[in-house]
Amino acid sequence: MRGENVALGAAGLAAFLALGEAVPRLGLVKEAYFPPTSRIAEALADEVTDPAFWSALGDTLTGWALGLAIAVCAGVVAGVVVSVVPYLREATASTIEFLRPIPSVALIPLAVLLYGTELKSVLLLVVYASFWQVLIQTLYGVQDVDPIAEETARSYGLGTWARVRHVLWPTALPYVMTGVRLAAAVALILAITAELVIGAPGLGRQIAVAQTSQAVPEMYALIVVAGLLGLLINVGARTVERRALAWHQSVRGEVAV
Amino acid sequence: MLDVRGLKKVYEGSGRRVEAVRDLTFTVDAGELVCLVGPSGCGKTTLLRCMGGLLTPTSGEVLLEGRKVSGPPPGMAFVFQEYGRSLFPWMRVGENVELPLKQKDLSKARRRELVRDALESVGLADAVTAYPWQLSGGMQQRVAIARALAYEPRVLLMDEPFAAVDAQTRADLEDLVRGLWRERGITILFVTHDIDEAVYLGERVIVLSASPTVVQEQLKVDLPAGRDQLHTRVDPRFAELRTHVYEQIQAAKRGVGQPGPKSSVE
Repeated sequence: MRGENVALGAAGLAAFLALGEAVPRLGLVKEAYFPPTSRIAEALADEVTDPAFWSALGDTLTGWALGLAIAVCAGVVAGVVVSVVPYLREATASTIEFLRPIPSVALIPLAVLLYGTELKSVLLLVVYASFWQVLIQTLYGVQDVDPIAEETARSYGLGTWARVRHVLWPTALPYVMTGVRLAAAVALILAITAELVIGAPGLGRQIAVAQTSQAVPEMYALIVVAGLLGLLINVGARTVERRALAWHQSVRGEVAV
Repeated sequence: MLDVRGLKKVYEGSGRRVEAVRDLTFTVDAGELVCLVGPSGCGKTTLLRCMGGLLTPTSGEVLLEGRKVSGPPPGMAFVFQEYGRSLFPWMRVGENVELPLKQKDLSKARRRELVRDALESVGLADAVTAYPWQLSGGMQQRVAIARALAYEPRVLLMDEPFAAVDAQTRADLEDLVRGLWRERGITILFVTHDIDEAVYLGERVIVLSASPTVVQEQLKVDLPAGRDQLHTRVDPRFAELRTHVYEQIQAAKRGVGQPGPKSSVE
């Protein structure tokens, strides 16, 4: 069953690649704008041997990882504090609902004004976009604490800090993990966007450069790399989630007693 | 040991005023096993939460060894009916039992010893590394009891602990509680809605009235200390006692109160 699925998936991908090869070759679209798969693969092979490509990839990953790390830490801490301190949740709800829907790309002019084309510009956009994902999930997660679990902890004399650590945090963790997974995907989108639009060093800028210099196959090759990056990030995030939540219903499945 | 004086609890909220407990006064002596039984919805759980320091009573007070209970007191452990929610699914059985001990000033070796000893007492010595959700309902409640035992409480409050397990498991758990009580000399207050269970387990049964709750009757259970499911339950004295408690509960439901003095069945 599993092997069958893998085979079907591989066949689907092969068919897609073959289509990409055939459509420009048959003249259905102009080869200049849409090069066949083999040309893109060649360009990708060239890129891989170019140190500039690797440093661009490194820049993108740095912006992504740093921005995500800051957003996750800030989102979790803010979420827990807002939930635990009395009245803070009610007091901040309207502000959060106002700030959250602002699209991060609308902050591009501000980022340029403040930091120019530095890494900080990328970080500003990445952190703003991913912070809300983590914060909102943390807020939901903290609300999910079981009153019986909380009473159990209180009856055994666990203090506030011990309850946050042993009851609140594990309860919120599945939600936080979902938030981190969403934030990881959003962070990559914003990192590439920032590089593309602002011109901060990274894959996005390489794509813009390839486009302006008419290096169309190279441009596609870089887009493929960005896609692969997104795929790896999602697979990685899911793996971390499964490891950390082995005890949770969604992961453990039905247990025969 | 445990004094409840004039306890009253009124819940107020969204324009509704519910008097869950009107006026309760009773005592539990050190080393006693007392069962509280009453019609459903009579505020048993409210009473127990007030005694455990989880709820603040509207008036009246609870004294543990002469000191007023104003928060969960050390030396008191709680066993909840909802074992599945009371045990933490993210911790293994051993960790669940050990967690409350970490709040006490104990060495790691001593904690290990207490955990092992408590799990052995409930017959789950080899489940230390399992997760609670890998165990059956009865076993999970045993883990919750082990967690309470490891805490070395002087008073154990049990809130309908066996209401959610099947009849056979329930009989086993009842014997376990009686056994632990005789072995360890803990003071136990056991809340139940099951009359047979109250008479089988208790040295004394406190019958509560319907809400708003007062003490309907207190009854000494003069069955021999060594009880077993087979013989005790067919003992004519057992039948008399359970009939009497049953009548009292029916009277309580109809609102025929005779609160106050201890009575015994003639």
